[in-house]
Amino acid sequence: MNADNRKGELAELKGQLRQLAGSRAPGVEDLKRELYKKVISYLTVGIDVSSLFSEMVMCSATSDLVLKKMCYLYVGNYARGYPELALLTINFLQKDCQDDDPMIRGLALRSLCSLRVKNLVEYLVGPLQRGLKDSNGYVRSVAAIGVLKLYHIAPSSCTDNDFPVTLKALLLHDSDPQVVANCLCSLLEILSIEGNVSEAALREKESLLHRNVILSLLNRFKEFSEWAQCLVLEVVSKYVPEDAQETHDMMDVLDDRLQHANSAVVLATIKVFLHLTMSMADVHQKVYERIKAPLLTLVSSGSAEQSYAVLSHLHLLVMRAPMLFASDYKHFYCRYSDPSYVKKLKLEMLTAVANESNTYEIGYALDQYVKFLEFVNSSKISVVVPRTLLDSLQDLVGGPVPLTVTELSEYAANVDVAIARESIRAVGKIALQQYDVNAIVDRLLQFLEMEKDYVTAETLVLVKDLLRKYPQWSHDCIAVVGNVSSKSVTEPKAKAALVWMLGEYAYDMSDAPYVLEGFVQSWAEEDFAEVRLELLTAVAKCFFKRPPETVQILGAALSFGFADANQDVHDRALLYYRLLQHSVEVAERVINPPKQAVSVFAGDQSSEIKDRIFDEFNSLAVVYRQPSYMFLDKDQRSPFAFSEDTGSSIIGPQSPGREDLPSDIDARDNDLLLSAHEKEDSRAVSNGSHGYSSSKFHTLQEFTDSAFAPRSPSPTQPIRNARATPLPPAAVSSTAASPLLAVDDLLGLGPSASAEPFPPLKLNPKPVLDPASFKRKWGQLTVALTLEYTFPAQAMVGLTGPQPLVRHMQTNSVQCMASGNAPLKFFFFAQLADAPANTGFFLVELVVTTSSGLASAKIKADDSSLAPAFADSLQSALSKFGSL
Amino acid sequence: MISQFFVLSLRGDNIVFRDYRGDVPKGSAEIFFRKVKFWQGEEGEEAPPVFKMDGVNYLHVKVGGLLFVATTRVNLSPALVLELLQRIARVTKDYLGILNEDSLRKNFVLVYELLDEMIDFGYPQTTSTEALKSFVFNEPVVIDAARLPSLGPAALFIQGSKRVPGTSVTKSVVANEPGGRKREEVFVDIIEKISVTFNAAGYILTSEIDGTIQMKSYLSGNPEIRVALNEDLSIGRNEYGGGFGGGVGMVILDDCNFHESVRLDDFETDHYLTLVPPDGEFPVMNYRMTQEFKPPFKVFPVIEEAGPFKAEIVLKVRADFPATVTANTVVLRVPLPKTTSRVSFEMEPGAVGQSTDFKEANKTIEWSCRKVWETIGFPEVFRCPTLIANIKKEAGPISMSFTIPMFNASRLAVRYLQVVKKSKSYNPYRWHLSRPIDQSNLLAGDVFIHHLKALIESVRHTEDSEGLGIQTEFQFRAVSASVALNSRDSRSNLSVASSHLQRSSFS
Repeated sequence: MNADNRKGELAELKGQLRQLAGSRAPGVEDLKRELYKKVISYLTVGIDVSSLFSEMVMCSATSDLVLKKMCYLYVGNYARGYPELALLTINFLQKDCQDDDPMIRGLALRSLCSLRVKNLVEYLVGPLQRGLKDSNGYVRSVAAIGVLKLYHIAPSSCTDNDFPVTLKALLLHDSDPQVVANCLCSLLEILSIEGNVSEAALREKESLLHRNVILSLLNRFKEFSEWAQCLVLEVVSKYVPEDAQETHDMMDVLDDRLQHANSAVVLATIKVFLHLTMSMADVHQKVYERIKAPLLTLVSSGSAEQSYAVLSHLHLLVMRAPMLFASDYKHFYCRYSDPSYVKKLKLEMLTAVANESNTYEIGYALDQYVKFLEFVNSSKISVVVPRTLLDSLQDLVGGPVPLTVTELSEYAANVDVAIARESIRAVGKIALQQYDVNAIVDRLLQFLEMEKDYVTAETLVLVKDLLRKYPQWSHDCIAVVGNVSSKSVTEPKAKAALVWMLGEYAYDMSDAPYVLEGFVQSWAEEDFAEVRLELLTAVAKCFFKRPPETVQILGAALSFGFADANQDVHDRALLYYRLLQHSVEVAERVINPPKQAVSVFAGDQSSEIKDRIFDEFNSLAVVYRQPSYMFLDKDQRSPFAFSEDTGSSIIGPQSPGREDLPSDIDARDNDLLLSAHEKEDSRAVSNGSHGYSSSKFHTLQEFTDSAFAPRSPSPTQPIRNARATPLPPAAVSSTAASPLLAVDDLLGLGPSASAEPFPPLKLNPKPVLDPASFKRKWGQLTVALTLEYTFPAQAMVGLTGPQPLVRHMQTNSVQCMASGNAPLKFFFFAQLADAPANTGFFLVELVVTTSSGLASAKIKADDSSLAPAFADSLQSALSKFGSL
Repeated sequence: MISQFFVLSLRGDNIVFRDYRGDVPKGSAEIFFRKVKFWQGEEGEEAPPVFKMDGVNYLHVKVGGLLFVATTRVNLSPALVLELLQRIARVTKDYLGILNEDSLRKNFVLVYELLDEMIDFGYPQTTSTEALKSFVFNEPVVIDAARLPSLGPAALFIQGSKRVPGTSVTKSVVANEPGGRKREEVFVDIIEKISVTFNAAGYILTSEIDGTIQMKSYLSGNPEIRVALNEDLSIGRNEYGGGFGGGVGMVILDDCNFHESVRLDDFETDHYLTLVPPDGEFPVMNYRMTQEFKPPFKVFPVIEEAGPFKAEIVLKVRADFPATVTANTVVLRVPLPKTTSRVSFEMEPGAVGQSTDFKEANKTIEWSCRKVWETIGFPEVFRCPTLIANIKKEAGPISMSFTIPMFNASRLAVRYLQVVKKSKSYNPYRWHLSRPIDQSNLLAGDVFIHHLKALIESVRHTEDSEGLGIQTEFQFRAVSASVALNSRDSRSNLSVASSHLQRSSFS
């Protein structure tokens, strides 16, 4: 009925528009305006008014600007769907592009470019070319963006007409700052898309970072609008100044931007400052001091949303350098009127900056928040804050704060479910962080005895984590877990935890097979694939431990698994089945290997990820606390993203293979610097043929390693590559897509016998190798392995020059052959302890990007089978750097 | 760059929708609204201003009961987008006079005109109210300000002063006065938020003022304006306790930032801010201050046990500000334990304009007072209603919110405002200077200078067994030791009672 009404209305509108189209009666414009308004309002609420297209266009022959604009808006909305009709509008748009009034010219040009219709491109080029040469700045700035629009419709006709070249010229010489800004953003976007396919475009894009361009932008910096300033600052943050003096000059020019009321400008400026001073540890420190006050002012001056954006960045900085903010803790106290998202951030920061001098006050504040929550449980905040709050509290335990596990436990007895859950999690987290935790285990076990479903559920999950970290307590825990009635556990996470324990500790729990049997029998009622997956693994593990009792259940579980609708469950059942068919021993090695205790859970972010986020300061990455590659499609990267180390790519790509020329090994020779592309190449090679062909489980092991021990990044593979490595389908499905998600992966599927840690290599503490032989070896050998390692921030302080690392590596029996500065580059070598002369050498080339702390190493070895073991030692040696 | 911009009402209706890049599906507004409304399915949890779903990033701000939203697929600066959204809202308000759902619906075509110029293909262009004037051809349909409660600082302004007609600050920068004549006016507001912490002895532990000098200009001809601030103003308090010794009586700001139009040439020496004010509303200066100041209210709570499962709370509020000003819309909130079953109130005899309410849903008592005023030297004690509640634990922190027009805590003041000269770069498009501006003339009558000095914030009070109070916003401790003792006793007794009760209820 509603739809009929609407149809009627549309038909009526259509009729009225028709009538007015030819009319020249006085007052007709006002009537038209009313009708147009109606159409636009329909359009806004999402009603399809495309049926009026021809009438709208017919009516648009008018000199009334308001009408014109509404018509352009309408046409822009529907042109893509009705290319033939859009052709009707071309005529008057083209005419308007030549109007005397610059505003009409600009307006028409903008609308013309916004049509997004491919077959109209030919009509665009002429007006755009004229627009870029227009005498009026407004028209030129519209045209500059128009070029970008054209590029999105038809890339080839944009580049063929040399528009980028024109933009570049305008960028450097136009008098209107808005034109310059628009040229800059158009160029950046065009060149970065184009750069994916063309080397030339990439070079062209890097050339935007040329000193001349940067200086011309900075010289007229104050003319730009605040938004354009943000854009320019983003580009400037990628620029590498020639020397320290230039860095200081740039910072002087930009310093007053920190006083700007617009948080976007201030954050963009801070990014420039932080990135410029990355390699100047003392200045970097001063930058932190300098930016503190402006940031705190922004937090309190803007709207809640704006302060959220600023606080997210402040959070990042606080986490990097908590000591610097220790005296500012009062600024992080929550306000009564703060929205929950702001409160959360503030509580986290309070926790982070807690130290001996302020703990009492902070602990006290948190204590009060707890009380507050306790009292207003039913009101809004209570649902939200406890999570962070209790996280915060537990971090403080150990300080002189009278907040103890006992106190947290009180909350667990609280009738409020949400708070109780959080309390249990908090208690567990403390247990996972500390060593002397017997009392806490007792406490958790008491929780189980409370016999409340949600308490039991949370506790089971925690006991599982505890057992993974401290397997030695299995005895105490299992005794109690054994008493938990499987009927009372309903939540999938808790169920999965219980099932895991049943499988893992089948020896200790006498009735494990029978409990599992109960679960298998109710397979059909189990709604959560998570539990079913866990069940498969647990039954299989139980089978290896107590075969006679379990064999039947295993058969039942597998056949349920084959029939399961969930692909993952199906695949895992199939995998187990085939493994078992192949050989029971192998299957046991895969499914039920001896486990090592987990030292750090992957939930704590790796320093590599943190540094990547820091590189993306002033972007969504900071708010999400994820590097952008984790949340963006690959083709959607910011147009401002330059290749990761601009420093070396500016020098220009070099011919591949050049690195292998022995004559080049003079570290001070700049020619030796490798371009980013080459690094990519060699990585790809090692992926394909050298590194990981040995065994698919080897790869899996790498994978799980990286998931569970992020603090010491996996020996060889950066995460991205690990994801790209082809895995057997079953394995892919059983390991989470992202290693970070693998915390909850209880499958125990990964480790295989072949993946046991390499026996530590004994290295000759004083190997001898003369430069000539090094060169010769380097030339002869192929790259056996590549390795990436990210230095933590504190280690970067020591990396202002090559010497500290050289000395450090010497203490680890790795000698330096040559080293160079800017970018840091080293050639190391080492020799097996008892190898005959001139054999058993390992050669390493290590390049460190000082801005990100990313080090990539190429390892060559006389005996390439030992390369992975050496990579391990190298990795551990590197990880010790800076922690001394 | 952003992909789409839209404005939603709080019911989720699209009021304005503009697609700039066509790379985000059309249904995004509904997806967004559903997500915000049922954030993580938990009642009461507020969606953060930035979140992502299915590869689309949604950024939003809430202004005037409306949601201003931008979507994007790329990793851009969240601060930039949020600032831009806020700016769009402000520019729209400049043009419409009042920003709310009604005014926006009536003027959506004008808003499209503005959006056209403010953002092109997702990139921000010009957002200056003034520069946009030459591109806007729709006349704003003005909403009757008296009929609608307006929001933002302007709302305070109306409430705060009877001397200024509400229409002055809610009128559009482009609409003419009914007489066809344009009044040359500029409004300057100083708006401050305070937050204070008291310790057990009643001393201030921390205090902070966040303030802003807000300007709204209706001056034509872009004259240069000089805003003179206190002569005893200094900026940059050193963190190691400076400012106490040498600067008694000084107004010391910790830090501040300025609008881009502000020139600081004479600021160091003469405390002038020189600026050519853009049209419309903008913050001239934001500042932050941790210098001590006298809090305008003190709250004295007494909690006494009045038998098993019963307690009595007596609240006294003392106002501590000059008689020349009054505090408006004072509200005290006292959260009670959720086990509270019944509350009865006793009002001070003769109390006028006060009301009390027990909000069953979140177990909170609300005591509101339309007006509070006070004379210097004779602090009058306001006895608030006495509450008798069935409580098992002591009552939670008391929060208090209020506004005090024509008063500020920092003593930062605009000494005077001076129109220096007419800018030579003035370029009239459609706007004409009605007549030459002359300094004395301006100050005498034509330019309306108004200071609004308001205190907005909440006061919270906490009782606890440690005998210390912390506050989020504004917290007061009872001064008397006996009160603290009392409360401690009551707590321990009561918590025993409560645990007893819990046991029994579970059995």
